[in-house]
Amino acid sequence: MSMTATVGRAHADPHHIGVIVEHPGPASKRIVTAYGFWVFLLSDIVMFSCFFAAYAVLVSQTADGPKGSEIFEQRNVAIETVCLLLSSFTCGMASIAADVRNRLWFYLGMAVTCVLGLIFLAIEFREFADLVSRGYGPSRSAFLSAFFSLVGCHGLHVSAGVLWLLTMMAQVFAKGFRADVLRRMMCFALFWHALDIIWVGVFSVVYLLGSGV
Amino acid sequence: MLGKLDWSAIPFDQPIPLIAGGVVLIGILAVLIWVVVKGHLPYLWHEWITSVDHKRIGVMYILLASVMLLRGGSDAIMMRIQQAIAYQSQGYLPPEHYNQIFSAHGTIMIFFVAMPFVIGLMNLVVPLQLGVRDVAFPTLNSVGFWLTATGALLVNLSLVIGEFARTGWLAFPPLSELSYSPGVGVDYYAWSLQISGVGTLVAGINLVTTVLKLRTKGMNYLRMPMFCWTTLASNLLIVAAFPILTATLAMLLLDRYLGFHFFTNEAGGNIMMFMNLIWAWGHPEVYILVLPAFGIFSEVVSTFSGKALFGYRSMVLATMAICLIAFMVWLHHFFTMGAGPDVNAIFGIASMVIAVPTGVKIYNWLFTMYGGRIRFATPMLWAVGFMVTFIIGGLTGVLVAVPPADFMLHNSMFLVAHFHNVIIGGVLFGAFAGFEYWFPKAFGFRLDERWGKLAFWFTFVGFYITFVPLYVAGMLGMTRRLQHYDVAEWRPWMIVAAIGMAVLSVGVICQILQLVVSIRNREALRDRTGDPWDGRSLEWATSSPPPVFNFAFHPDVRGEDAYWDMKIAAQQQSLEHEVPEYHDIEMPRNSPTGFVCAFFATIMGFALIWHIWWMVILGGIGAFATFVVFAWRDHDEYVIPAAEVAAIDRVNLEERRNLVSMAGAI
Ligand code: HEM
Ligand SMILES: [Cu+2]
Repeated sequence: MSMTATVGRAHADPHHIGVIVEHPGPASKRIVTAYGFWVFLLSDIVMFSCFFAAYAVLVSQTADGPKGSEIFEQRNVAIETVCLLLSSFTCGMASIAADVRNRLWFYLGMAVTCVLGLIFLAIEFREFADLVSRGYGPSRSAFLSAFFSLVGCHGLHVSAGVLWLLTMMAQVFAKGFRADVLRRMMCFALFWHALDIIWVGVFSVVYLLGSGV
Repeated sequence: MLGKLDWSAIPFDQPIPLIAGGVVLIGILAVLIWVVVKGHLPYLWHEWITSVDHKRIGVMYILLASVMLLRGGSDAIMMRIQQAIAYQSQGYLPPEHYNQIFSAHGTIMIFFVAMPFVIGLMNLVVPLQLGVRDVAFPTLNSVGFWLTATGALLVNLSLVIGEFARTGWLAFPPLSELSYSPGVGVDYYAWSLQISGVGTLVAGINLVTTVLKLRTKGMNYLRMPMFCWTTLASNLLIVAAFPILTATLAMLLLDRYLGFHFFTNEAGGNIMMFMNLIWAWGHPEVYILVLPAFGIFSEVVSTFSGKALFGYRSMVLATMAICLIAFMVWLHHFFTMGAGPDVNAIFGIASMVIAVPTGVKIYNWLFTMYGGRIRFATPMLWAVGFMVTFIIGGLTGVLVAVPPADFMLHNSMFLVAHFHNVIIGGVLFGAFAGFEYWFPKAFGFRLDERWGKLAFWFTFVGFYITFVPLYVAGMLGMTRRLQHYDVAEWRPWMIVAAIGMAVLSVGVICQILQLVVSIRNREALRDRTGDPWDGRSLEWATSSPPPVFNFAFHPDVRGEDAYWDMKIAAQQQSLEHEVPEYHDIEMPRNSPTGFVCAFFATIMGFALIWHIWWMVILGGIGAFATFVVFAWRDHDEYVIPAAEVAAIDRVNLEERRNLVSMAGAI
């Protein structure tokens, strides 16, 4: 009994009313990979929302320590934001270059993305170090705990992204634009753009709203 | 050098855990030595440990769950004995030890018994039911399993090195904060859940993608077997809920390790935030566990009634409704904490609403059975036992969802009885039903029915003798987690419950014996047709056990009950066929990535618990290196040549043709 020898029984299903679209079968690897990675990103965003929620709950719990408006430096945050948004653009360039198999532009795009990411991280690190040295570390108050965790969690993600980025460059160098490398590149690009989106949230909720209070 | 670890971590003064741990350790060593001496190591390594085959991984999940069920069960026995004798006396367990036992029991049962059991069954069955060759990400699947095993290992390590949490299975602050729990117990708890939580998330992503993107030709959404639907719902919940657990535990750990103030009493920390976060995960978790069980019952009831599932579409709708509502009722877990009557009323009503889709399901199962030709094989017994038990559990659940009632029953034995009613009667019975039902598919021989039925009846009766007294004790005002008590009215009920536990244990022993007997008689119990129950969905269309590639062709599905339709069609049409044309099949290669990754995760987890920082860094580098090496591989697939596929498939087809012609002759 061949599994495919069932043609001609399309009416066997009593629920079929009119024309229905037949499912064509398993999706391609590229689609499956991208889909799965999207699902992962969604779950990552759920995790971030917990930290956002914690921040919102604790933002006024300063325990006589500093408030947001006293410690945030708009200029730095502006530079960080520009870096990250630009890096999303250059990452997009690198993706396109990968799709058309252009090594030079790929390396260039990735390198610029990497540098922008590192600048972002450096500024964030300086901000944190500065706060800690003034005695405003995360254990000073619940507000600062939530602030350091939310922003730091994003920073950790960016750091992981940079590591991943370097691995991708090495992979293209060693293996060329192979199908699996391209799939990974697609995931990396999704990841990097998602970090951008989350940063827009951090920027608005923490720094913009925070400097008002 | 070794952080907080020194000789005082070994509990030399506490004979029970030390002896238990020692026995287990000797047992493990003996097995290891036996494996090495007998030369089974290469087989284990190539066929199981590095396997990325979803069927093998599913079996390993279930094995892990079964072993941990014995561990969690021993804890339960110890607690029941303690409460039976601790009337106006200290009993035989010191208080802080008793607290560790109920914490470990709850944690183990939920995270390392119920979760791996249902995830194992889903892994084993869903790709087969969808008619595909594997899950979406096979290597990741193996990583997920081994990380779960790491979590289980760490929990068991706490028996002999250090201690476990005394905070209950949800580690509420401020008790779980450093100032009240300065030992490593809470760290063991948090890191093992953190690590196994990552494994669960990976499994969730994998199965969601599998169901949504990897269905065989013609498998439209409304033709998927019910178990695939509940798998989808359950894994959507995993993907949405487990990150909440991760974040919450991360905050708790930051409090403990770096002096943050998320949940502390000082500096503005907020304990209610923990309650909200943990139950925003915890309530969906209950449905993560019970939805797959619902799916199993749907399959079992329809197969053993010889009928298509009644009200398939309403079943799908009910499943997705439960999936959605599960996220909106978490607050009923702290009605008593002063949210105010309005909030309580809203969440109380929302909680009761969930009974509606559940009721729909129960009616559908009953109508499926109505007018069917019912066979009471062991899986069906579990299903019917479940229906009776779950209705009682559901009713008491609606009762505790009424806020005024909850003010009476909160933290009482009544609550303990309720959630065991749903968790054992729902999840565990479902797991056993699935185990009995799909065992022949996984291993190629059936389980012994006589021992299976004995196991069912002892478990079923034992369950009632154990937990009905707890309802009564709860009504008499007994609170949970009591190490000893002075109220004379409670005592008889505790003794009856202990007797029930003994009966339950006989059930467990029968189950073990069933396995032993069946393995011994496996030749007599061999299932040659691949379809021992006269099944209806695609997993029965392939041989038992299925070849690595599951199906020689992607089956073409034309309706609900895909395989049933094929069988009917084959009987109506002539049995002669043109010889099918076989093709090469590409399958993913084995990979040690999962095992190696978990190895480093174990090192890292242990080092984090004991503050051994150099080792943490070492473990982290190792885990990262593993992934880079994995990413560097050149060949991730191997080819099974068409000739080999043909040879394997012909045997299967031959047996099947005999089956169909025999059925046709009746
Ligand atoms: C096999 C029979 C079982 C018995 C006799 C049993 C007994 C108990 C007892 C005595 C407690 C402590 C109640 C207290 O004093 O607070 C408890 C708690 C608990 N059990 Fe079980 N149990 C059994 C099976 C299970 C199973 C299969 C699960 C889950 C799949 C489970 C999940 C839990 C949980 C989550 C708790 C709460 C732990 C805590 O208080 O933190 N139990 N059980
Ligand atoms: Cu709940």
